[in-house]
Amino acid sequence: MFRFILGRLLQGLLVLFALYTITFFLAKAMPGEPFTTEKNVSETTKQYLRKLYGLDKPLPAQYIIYPSKIITDRDFGVSTSKGRPVRDIIAQSFPVSLILGLGAMSFAIGIGIPIGIISAVRKNSWVDWSLMAVAMVGICVPAFTIGPLLQILIAANVPGLKVAGWGNPLDFLLPAFTLGLVSAAYLARLTRGGVLEILSQDFIRTAHAKGLSPTRVILKHGLRGGLLPSVAYLGPAFAAMISGSFIVETIFQVPGMGQHFVNAAISRDEFLLMGVALFFGFLIIMMNLISDILTGILDPRVRIGKAAQ
Amino acid sequence: MSFLEVKNLKTYFHTRAGTTRAVDDISFSLDKGEIVGVVGESGSGKSVTCHSILGLLPQPPAKIEGGNVSFDGGEILGLDPPLLRAIRGKRISMIFQDPMSCLNPYLRILDQVAEPILVHEDVTREEAESRAMEMLKKVGIRDAEGRANSYPHEFSGGMRQRAMIAMALVTKPDILFADEPTTALDVTVQARILGLLRDMRDELGVAVLFISHDLGVVADVADRVVVMYNGKIVEQTDVLSLFENPSHPYVKGLLACRPTFETKYHTLPTVEDFLETETSSDGSLILRERPDSQERLAALEREVEPSACSDITLLQVDALKVHFQSGGGFLGKPLEVVKAVDGVNLQIQKGQTLGLVGESGCGKTTMGRAILRLVHATGGDVTYDGSSLTSLSGMELLPFRKRMQIIFQDPYASLNPRMTIEQALIEPMIVHGLGADLEDRRSRVVDLLEEVGLSSAHLRRYPHEFSGGQRQRLCVARALAVEPEFIVCDECVSAMDVSVQAQVLNLLRELQDRRGLTYLFISHDLSVVKFVSDEVAVMQAGRIVELNSSEALYQNPREEYTKELLHAVPRGDLETLRQRLH
Repeated sequence: MFRFILGRLLQGLLVLFALYTITFFLAKAMPGEPFTTEKNVSETTKQYLRKLYGLDKPLPAQYIIYPSKIITDRDFGVSTSKGRPVRDIIAQSFPVSLILGLGAMSFAIGIGIPIGIISAVRKNSWVDWSLMAVAMVGICVPAFTIGPLLQILIAANVPGLKVAGWGNPLDFLLPAFTLGLVSAAYLARLTRGGVLEILSQDFIRTAHAKGLSPTRVILKHGLRGGLLPSVAYLGPAFAAMISGSFIVETIFQVPGMGQHFVNAAISRDEFLLMGVALFFGFLIIMMNLISDILTGILDPRVRIGKAAQ
Repeated sequence: MSFLEVKNLKTYFHTRAGTTRAVDDISFSLDKGEIVGVVGESGSGKSVTCHSILGLLPQPPAKIEGGNVSFDGGEILGLDPPLLRAIRGKRISMIFQDPMSCLNPYLRILDQVAEPILVHEDVTREEAESRAMEMLKKVGIRDAEGRANSYPHEFSGGMRQRAMIAMALVTKPDILFADEPTTALDVTVQARILGLLRDMRDELGVAVLFISHDLGVVADVADRVVVMYNGKIVEQTDVLSLFENPSHPYVKGLLACRPTFETKYHTLPTVEDFLETETSSDGSLILRERPDSQERLAALEREVEPSACSDITLLQVDALKVHFQSGGGFLGKPLEVVKAVDGVNLQIQKGQTLGLVGESGCGKTTMGRAILRLVHATGGDVTYDGSSLTSLSGMELLPFRKRMQIIFQDPYASLNPRMTIEQALIEPMIVHGLGADLEDRRSRVVDLLEEVGLSSAHLRRYPHEFSGGQRQRLCVARALAVEPEFIVCDECVSAMDVSVQAQVLNLLRELQDRRGLTYLFISHDLSVVKFVSDEVAVMQAGRIVELNSSEALYQNPREEYTKELLHAVPRGDLETLRQRLH
């Protein structure tokens, strides 16, 4: 197990480095530079700024300096558009996105998995069809439709819920629901498929032959394997949810991380861009690792370190 | 009144395609401590009968149309689900064919074996587990304490089936339904499991309904036998009378079409030699004895002749090795080498059949593939008709791909479901440049289909539109399409009913006579190998332990392992049966 995790972490480092390389050269390939504005900035000022941010050095040197600074000083550079260290920006906005993402994840799991199970058990009944139709709608309707709908229908009518803003404990509810809905719909479909697959297996017949009640057959024999596809999906989905969503954050005015992905690219803020990209890459790698470990716990056949006969 | 009495049971399947009478008005009984064998080919309604009694059928499409099942004096057909569940797993248990897929791969063995106790009895988890442990020891799981917390995939096939039996017997049921419990197992393991079932009957007094397609196995365990055909019971009697004096033509056919160690026919009789069927106006099947069945048999009997001996060596295998490596990756598990084939020497004469027998995992399939260079040999040499194959490159190998072909075990999996039969048969002809144009190839395909007993009406059909036996004929036709000289038959009749198996074996024989084909016949079934082979090689753990002419090997086996294998085969002949009963 230890070996497996260590191996995966080393592999993750390689992935992060590849991600950095691609982001770095893509950022450099963009036309213009961070200090290109419509304002009349003198060449001397620009020179000064370039020197300040280390952008006057040759490309290969820049390519090496950034990661070495991360390793030695945990310094992710300074945002050229905000004038603050990238580390501080992430440290400030990530907790907001994390709360939002955890809320979204709870909605996704709490709604998606039960719906999937009910659909699987009631396969091909009207219950199944209507639930799956709703799930399909959930996948198709974008957040910028759901978000405003919730603002108009719920936030405006329910006391205690605000249309937008971040500060009160309940403020996370509507954006989290909006963010989690698509995942809930995917989870419902994946869980339905997974449980159906398991329920068609021979060992389910064995369980019935033992005299187990239908509920127990599903909960004890059906669910464990039936959740495997959902677990595999949840790893990267969770990483995406906690790293923020530009659309949801904009609609509900949440100061999360999602805005930085877009703003950094627009303002050609390459340090912020590389910082958030690397952070997102790190989250994806960790969440995938966790979902693989969970898969191993659920399915003994893929467990590491035990030789299958 | 018997302990379990089934009367006029009818189970139909209603689907859009129509109604199938899976179980059609059958009656039989089972007494305490008795083993009753239920024999029939796939689709004859054996399993559906069991599932109907226990209420395990998915309804719809299945529907129990009528009948009574009394168990210990009470009616259980159509019983309230909770009441039926109290019987299921407690008083009537069931074990299934494939112990891998029938055990839950996500739960520990001990949990699964203890589960029936926890469901049916008001006991603590500790007590249930200790009783489960006791039962695991009783069914012969070695080191039960150490292994009970393992998962099914960590058990071998035989051990899994033992665990399954333990799970069924742990509640001390009155009746055990055993649905093909040994079909997926090697003969030596099968012999042990059959012994275990008999012991459990003697020790616990459990009555067993033993379902099997294999008359030989049934002869080894059953007191009475019920033979099913097309949803109906065609004969039920005690096991000795069935073998001594079968009355129904289907049973006669079934007994005759199994190749046994004593079979002297050159061509096997088939069920069709005994039985005529006719569909009556109301859609039911009428079975009749063929008036000319005696003449047909006599004709077969005259054909006894040893296959022509030839002294040209077509295939020579020298010190062939195939080793697989696992692990050894970066930071991974330490390197392990599996020696699937480990230094095999053999040769096959032109026009002859070499049988290759061995238990699962002995390397026989890998060897067949290594000879055809479908897997890469680690060492050694394969010489075909004077040329060494091991060093040839892809293009140089192409002419040999035409001369050497293979037929696989599962005919369905080895035909592309999205190609019509015509496309599947023409494709290899195009690859090897056979046939002048499409018309020519098409007419060749028609010839091939006729040669394997199909017709041009089948050209445009897809594989799923054929029965299992027909599909295997298609695979034979596909192999023949490139006019090979040598064919590897890899368990090519193993998944078939005996009556279909006889047809395919006869076909292979016929083709050998007509085209002078050479076969490497790989199988785990020693009786079948005896029937088809001139020479037989016994393989164990990647090596050939004994190689001899078919007659000599079966008469006077030299090696211990060969003796053990031969001893474990359920003979299904009168002599062995009489010995068991007395």
